[in-house]
Amino acid sequence: MNAEWEAVIGLETHVELQTQSKMFCGCAVSFGAAPNTTCCPVCLGLPGALPVPNEEAIERILRIGASFGCTLVDYSEFHRKNYFYPDLPKNYQISQFDLPLCVDGALEVVDTEGVATTVGITRVHMEEDTGKSRHLGADGRIHEAAHSLLDFNRAGVPLVEVVSEPDIRSADEARAYAVELQRVVRALGVSDARLEEGSMRFDANVSVRPVGDDELGTRSEVKNVNSLRSLHDAIAFEIDRQIAVVEAGDRVLQETRHWIEDERRTIGMRMKEESEDYRYFQEPDLVPLVVDDRWRAEVIGSLPELPAVRRNRYLSAGIDQPAADNIGDDPAFVAMFDEALEAGGDAKAMANWLTGEVVAHLRREEVELAASALTPGHLVELVDMVAGGEVSPSAAKEVLHGVMDGEGTPRAVAVARDLGQISDQSVVGAAVAEVLAREADALARMHAGDMKPLGFLVGQVMKDTGGKADPKLVSDLIREAAGEG
Amino acid sequence: MTDLADFTIGDAAAGLKGLEFSATELLEAVLKRASVSEAHLHAYLTLDRDGAFEAARRSDDSRSNGETPGPLDGIPIAVKDNMCTRGVETTCGSKILSGYLPPYDATTVRRLRGAGAVVLGKTNLDEFAMGSSTENSAFGPTRNPWDTDRVPGGSSGGSAAVVAVGSALGAFGSDTGGSIRQPAALCGVVGMKPTYGVVSRYGLIAFASSLDQIGPFGRTVADVATLLGAVAGFDINDATSYRGSPPDFAGSLESGVDGMRVGVVSELMGEGISSDVVAATRAMVDALEGAGASVVEISLPSIEYALSAYYLIAPAECSANLARFDGVRYGLRVDGATSDEMMSRTRAEGFGPEVIRRILLGTYALSAGYYDAFYGQAQRVRTLVTREFASAYEQVDVLVSPTSPTAAFAVGEKTTDPMDMYYSDVCTIPSNLTGHPAISLPVALDGGGLPIGFQVMAPALAEETLFRVAAEVERLAGFVQRPALATSEVVV
Repeated sequence: MNAEWEAVIGLETHVELQTQSKMFCGCAVSFGAAPNTTCCPVCLGLPGALPVPNEEAIERILRIGASFGCTLVDYSEFHRKNYFYPDLPKNYQISQFDLPLCVDGALEVVDTEGVATTVGITRVHMEEDTGKSRHLGADGRIHEAAHSLLDFNRAGVPLVEVVSEPDIRSADEARAYAVELQRVVRALGVSDARLEEGSMRFDANVSVRPVGDDELGTRSEVKNVNSLRSLHDAIAFEIDRQIAVVEAGDRVLQETRHWIEDERRTIGMRMKEESEDYRYFQEPDLVPLVVDDRWRAEVIGSLPELPAVRRNRYLSAGIDQPAADNIGDDPAFVAMFDEALEAGGDAKAMANWLTGEVVAHLRREEVELAASALTPGHLVELVDMVAGGEVSPSAAKEVLHGVMDGEGTPRAVAVARDLGQISDQSVVGAAVAEVLAREADALARMHAGDMKPLGFLVGQVMKDTGGKADPKLVSDLIREAAGEG
Repeated sequence: MTDLADFTIGDAAAGLKGLEFSATELLEAVLKRASVSEAHLHAYLTLDRDGAFEAARRSDDSRSNGETPGPLDGIPIAVKDNMCTRGVETTCGSKILSGYLPPYDATTVRRLRGAGAVVLGKTNLDEFAMGSSTENSAFGPTRNPWDTDRVPGGSSGGSAAVVAVGSALGAFGSDTGGSIRQPAALCGVVGMKPTYGVVSRYGLIAFASSLDQIGPFGRTVADVATLLGAVAGFDINDATSYRGSPPDFAGSLESGVDGMRVGVVSELMGEGISSDVVAATRAMVDALEGAGASVVEISLPSIEYALSAYYLIAPAECSANLARFDGVRYGLRVDGATSDEMMSRTRAEGFGPEVIRRILLGTYALSAGYYDAFYGQAQRVRTLVTREFASAYEQVDVLVSPTSPTAAFAVGEKTTDPMDMYYSDVCTIPSNLTGHPAISLPVALDGGGLPIGFQVMAPALAEETLFRVAAEVERLAGFVQRPALATSEVVV
């Protein structure tokens, strides 16, 4: 980005909750069911049907709000947001307006460089999702569509909207925010938060201003991003585009812009003649939501360890941030790692094994961690064996594979596969003596002060011992023979 | 010879219980009555003969099996055509829902069926319950049984008319601004609006959700209490439904009014109210005093603004409630080149002028820049009215007033002046704004032989008190007259 300009970005995130039933009726929440099979009079907006709020969804949004440290308000109301669209059954959406359930929170995010920033959360509110339209016609474009198909399975699915403060300053930071939000939602177990399936959706409000200015520039709203990468790229594109517009002496228009994935650019949607008036008013079919102190305490008390807290715990245990996040993103790894830490294993070594060889093995075998035979106890035993010189690092990899394939504990595998490290000085000494006798020239060069042949000689000994000799001991003995140490 | 169609629900239930006649015979008598009266009234939009005979047969079977039927078992009941009936056309009196077959029963209908009632048909109404004369029905007006050149009131004019002539022994309507009580007054029957939330709104096609309430029509106060008892009570499908157990409706019908405090609403006894109506109301107040009640005049100045507030709040809510009628999923569809055009055309063609007027009013009242001056202000008036009524009820047990400023007016008399028509609701609207229960019952005929209704209002959930006073009013009035059309003889 041009150094004279600063981007100001706020994100609006929609998270579909994976509750048992929809927000205001008993229909199942399901992804991928046959069209129009999970709907009823309420979510189809049939005449006379009335909404009844889903308590499980309210509980979940409170958990989301609490995880941002939001105030869970005493009194909250639903409003009707009025607009006509064929996939909106009632032609109004039940949403929240000036009295959302959660306000004033924050999310700590860490970007790829490891730089931490705090992004303010303005509000978290509850609403219902719309149905889905499919426009059929020449090359799938809306304008040339001959007809549209509607699927109301998604209509009425509980949707949580998280609105951030305009605290984000770069596309990188926006992606980091999205990743962290996804982590939180998954850690809470309230949604699978998949961008590709639409269960997590981002709209970005982007503007630019000269560095040092306090006033905000005119913003555009970028929609239609359905992966973390396109979120990043769309924002980066939009920042560059706006800078180019302003530098050319033009005005940035306040508009909605769609990210066109194939073309890697945003395009402006048709400008409305006037700004949309949603005519919000209190939803008379619902009574206000009241959150009392007991409920609030229950929600806060039942929160799991949040990703940021866990990350900081791992960092202070001595592991680096990428490893901390890699482990933290998978509950099975978290459980394994935390139990192994508890048992006293070396954090850094165990993290290396988990994020390296363990992941590689699982990928190769196409199994989940839970399906492998590895236990926290095995992990501790393995790193102890390496640290104590019982197995060489390279032999340890083979030990691990044997353990993961169910051959037994690391020590049992090392014995069975004859992978134990030879540290006995007399045995290793004999092997060294044999190599030195054979490679007299190399030894002579070392005597003369040239240390280059050391690696070669160690390699010869390792080869002779089938890789089992303690490499450090071998190296020490050769140096000794060459007149060092 | 007694005609079963002239029985009250109480008498019919006793006759059924004593096996003096069958539910099928009762239904036949009522349908015969309908076949005569409908030619003059057009009070029904749909008669579900097959469903009704099946229900009557089931009722008879259960009696012959020795089961003890409830008070509505085998009783023919009509419901306003804005309540969903599974598989039976439900139109709301609108072209936009012509031919619509709901896939489910409204809670009220379901409870009626559960109580063994014979739901025999759907009654005419002003389109989407918007009106005070039943002239706004897309399927033609209903006529007043006392004088077919006059309106039956509205919007539940069909339900009031069928009870008045005996083409149903009881009926249900909905009351958003007086739509049960005003037609009850104009047709000379008893009509009651319960406390908001006492009867589930599930399946009632919404006009103005915060004001709509379902309630019964009957020929007697006791019948109305019985009807209400069958459908009242918490419903998990209506989030605004009252969670407590329903009040005892019929427990004090015989208790009289001795020692009770009755407030006469000053603002509803003067300007704008016809002299016959004021006189009849005053006479009944005097009679109540004679029966031992203490009477005081109560001034509720905010009533002056109630009508204006109502005509902002109700249209605002209706503008959203009626947005779903767009031709996409059900009902009328008028094609267009785009979905926007299809929706616009469907709505322009499907809704009648009064409905369009209210949608536009409501949309305007909710628009950015106008919200606070209109909708916001109306909500503040609503709060003020509620507060004034609450303080009145610290002084009195019930408030009384006329139900309608006039007796039945002529067909066409007010259709050209919406404001004049809106004024028909001046006495009834306050109870909708406050959510309190109110009842209308006939107390006299005016000089032209048309019935005059008397309204009793009570605090929230004080239905028992309401019915107690209403029962005394009924005894004091001794109103037994029936319209000439209450006959099964062919009227020439």
